[in-house]
Amino acid sequence: MTTARALDAIQTQSTGIDFLHSLKEASIAGILTMVVLGPITNLVLDQYDFHFYPLREPILVNGIMLGFVVALGRLFFSLLVQTRSGHDLMQRIGRHSAVSTDTDHDRPRRKKRHIVPALTLSLLASAILATLGLTGAIHKGAAFALILVVLFVWLSYGISVPKRRGEPNSWRISVPLLFAAGFLLPIVLNQAGLLPKVWLSNLTLALIYVLLGLGLNIVVGMAGLLDLGYVAFYAVGAYFLALGAQYLEMGFWTALVLAPLLAAASGAILGFPVLRMHGDYLAIVTLGFGEIIRLVLTNWVDFTGGPNGMPAPAPTFFGLEFSRRASEGHEPFHTFFNLPYSGDYKALFIYLILFAIVAIMLRFLNRLRYMPIGRSWEALREDEVACRSLGINHVNVKLSAFMLGAVTGGVAGVFFATYQGFINPSSFNFFESVLILSIVVLGGMGSTLGIIIAALALTLLPELLRDFAAYRVLIFGLLMIMMMIWRPYGLIRPRRPTFPARVPHAQ
Amino acid sequence: MDSYILGQQLVNGLTLGSIYGLIAIGYTMVYGIIGMINFAHGDVYMISAYISAIALAVVSYFGVQSIPFALLFTLIITMIITGMYGWSIERTVYRPLRSTNRLAPLISAIGVSLVLQNYVQIAQGPNVQGVPTLIDGSFRVGTPEHFVQIKYMSLMIIVISILAMGILTWLIHGTSLGRQFRATQQDRKMATILGINTTRIISMVFVIGSVMAAIAGVLVTLNYGSFDFFIGFIVGIKAFSAAVLGGIGSLPGAMLGGLLLGILESLFSGYVSSDYKDVFSFSVLVLVLIFKPSGLLGRPAVEKV
Repeated sequence: MTTARALDAIQTQSTGIDFLHSLKEASIAGILTMVVLGPITNLVLDQYDFHFYPLREPILVNGIMLGFVVALGRLFFSLLVQTRSGHDLMQRIGRHSAVSTDTDHDRPRRKKRHIVPALTLSLLASAILATLGLTGAIHKGAAFALILVVLFVWLSYGISVPKRRGEPNSWRISVPLLFAAGFLLPIVLNQAGLLPKVWLSNLTLALIYVLLGLGLNIVVGMAGLLDLGYVAFYAVGAYFLALGAQYLEMGFWTALVLAPLLAAASGAILGFPVLRMHGDYLAIVTLGFGEIIRLVLTNWVDFTGGPNGMPAPAPTFFGLEFSRRASEGHEPFHTFFNLPYSGDYKALFIYLILFAIVAIMLRFLNRLRYMPIGRSWEALREDEVACRSLGINHVNVKLSAFMLGAVTGGVAGVFFATYQGFINPSSFNFFESVLILSIVVLGGMGSTLGIIIAALALTLLPELLRDFAAYRVLIFGLLMIMMMIWRPYGLIRPRRPTFPARVPHAQ
Repeated sequence: MDSYILGQQLVNGLTLGSIYGLIAIGYTMVYGIIGMINFAHGDVYMISAYISAIALAVVSYFGVQSIPFALLFTLIITMIITGMYGWSIERTVYRPLRSTNRLAPLISAIGVSLVLQNYVQIAQGPNVQGVPTLIDGSFRVGTPEHFVQIKYMSLMIIVISILAMGILTWLIHGTSLGRQFRATQQDRKMATILGINTTRIISMVFVIGSVMAAIAGVLVTLNYGSFDFFIGFIVGIKAFSAAVLGGIGSLPGAMLGGLLLGILESLFSGYVSSDYKDVFSFSVLVLVLIFKPSGLLGRPAVEKV
């Protein structure tokens, strides 16, 4: 290390700054960018003809301009690296990149995190936003939804934070309090007219993605099995509710109980033959399965309704329906409680059940990490050969991860179907799998809190930034690439649950 | 079962299969040399379809009447630009990740695939694009009632594919570059020690794979006449299936797998159901991976401890 550094120093000193070299590099980069992107962006096809737009706006889709930008950037960095301090700076940045993860492991001290203060601050900030919202300065629904989001993140942090054995645990009281707040606040806010149905729906969708992210996290993050067909289990859950209602007169609650079993069974059927396989083969096989399921759902028109989709029933509150007029032999919710009819009740009810289930799932998944099964997942991810030689049945352990992931996906699917009231196969395409995967990747594979934040961000931010809707997928893709190169452990690096060392005085 | 129907399906299958084979080469070469599934390869093929349409439009804008010249120009321009795509993607995205675990390159390859698709969608619009039919007509083999119809375009696809694969085989087995490639494929570390610039070889592999995809892109665009930004996904997976079927990492395997998958697929859609032909191709992929992961011509993977 020191010799290398000395060598670098000598080199930088002896050569000085070579402008010509930098210019050459910059122009090559610029010309390459122009040639690669120019035809696609500046020559736009129109029927059998084309239009030439040399000054196209925005600059992102103007290859000629991008060429100049890239050339300038390259020139800047090329000159920067040739100065002493710039060289050191680049070295320091490079040390965090994916190439040098080995040294990252050995870093003795981790940075202390300040998550609780950060959460308190963001709660305060969102409360301020909410009061602003009351005056009408910003959208009040969004502001109050933000409060709920912060509360939810806080709750999930409280559930998943590693607790030391034998130390006083302040979360014992605050987690139930947070849960109660997260459960009751939406009712109060909605009845006060501060949280309209739109935002309840957005929050519900966000929680569905949290659930999906948590499920895929078991498979990809903890067990290290890249599953590109995760959406298949999501589809199984959703179609189970819709088909069950259509053919077996099954209600939401029955489906909610049975769908996980069905999803687990399908996970086992799909998983068992493929889990002997190597990492990337598994990815492709699961992708194939996902596509097969989607194509069958699309083409089997008699049974699934094909591309037209089919309706899915809404949940009932102890047999009371949320529709304006109940079906034969049932009573609507609003007449039973002598309330005026409102579509909000249904949205609110779905949100609340989902919230409770996500909280239970969080607790459950967090416990799993401490249990032998969770530890074997992570061990198997790190070194399969070593685990097998230690007597871990790798197929069974992987299968359990695969099945638990499937269960979570199935539950999410039931909620998705009932939330939409209608499903069709286009909701379960490959992009959906990629979206869930990017939640897991961005959040940090294996880190519960990171995944929750990523899921909330990736589903709620597009609602706020509608202007950038066209660029959404592009940004996802770029984020995936950049995260893999610069932060392969995600936004929040997973903290492995540890037990206090049992060595009293190692002297 | 009439033999002329079978013959027709075989011709269709060969046409389709040559395309799969050309694209499968990109998957199999990259997998052979760095053990990574280049998920974005299908989208490189999609890009080449767009570039070929743009090149054709530009040629006709300048009033070139000669069809052979227009085709040659389109082919060469598309090969060059698509090759540059392959090089740039490898240089910017995959090279920084070469020493990481196996998941990272695959995930970023998915990212590249998303970026390419969405970028083209933004730049060129989401509509289906097309090119005019340049090579028309067909000839018939057989009796006037029972015949196999072969389009000139199909013939051209098969001939050009065979030519391209022949050149590639010569490149791999007869040149210094090919020798370096084979050495790198066998043992990268040892090849580096022996003075082979393996980084350059890996870049070249991406370029060659993309150039092959570009040939496929030009041929498909001319044959079907229409394409959109999403064509790379399905074709990419099928070409990957072809590579797996033939034995991933093996060049003759990719060609054989491509032809075989093309023929199987058109037989299936001819005799069973054309709605489920994609399901069939994916099932072939899944079944091969489960029962014979080394494929037809591949060597079984040895797990090194």
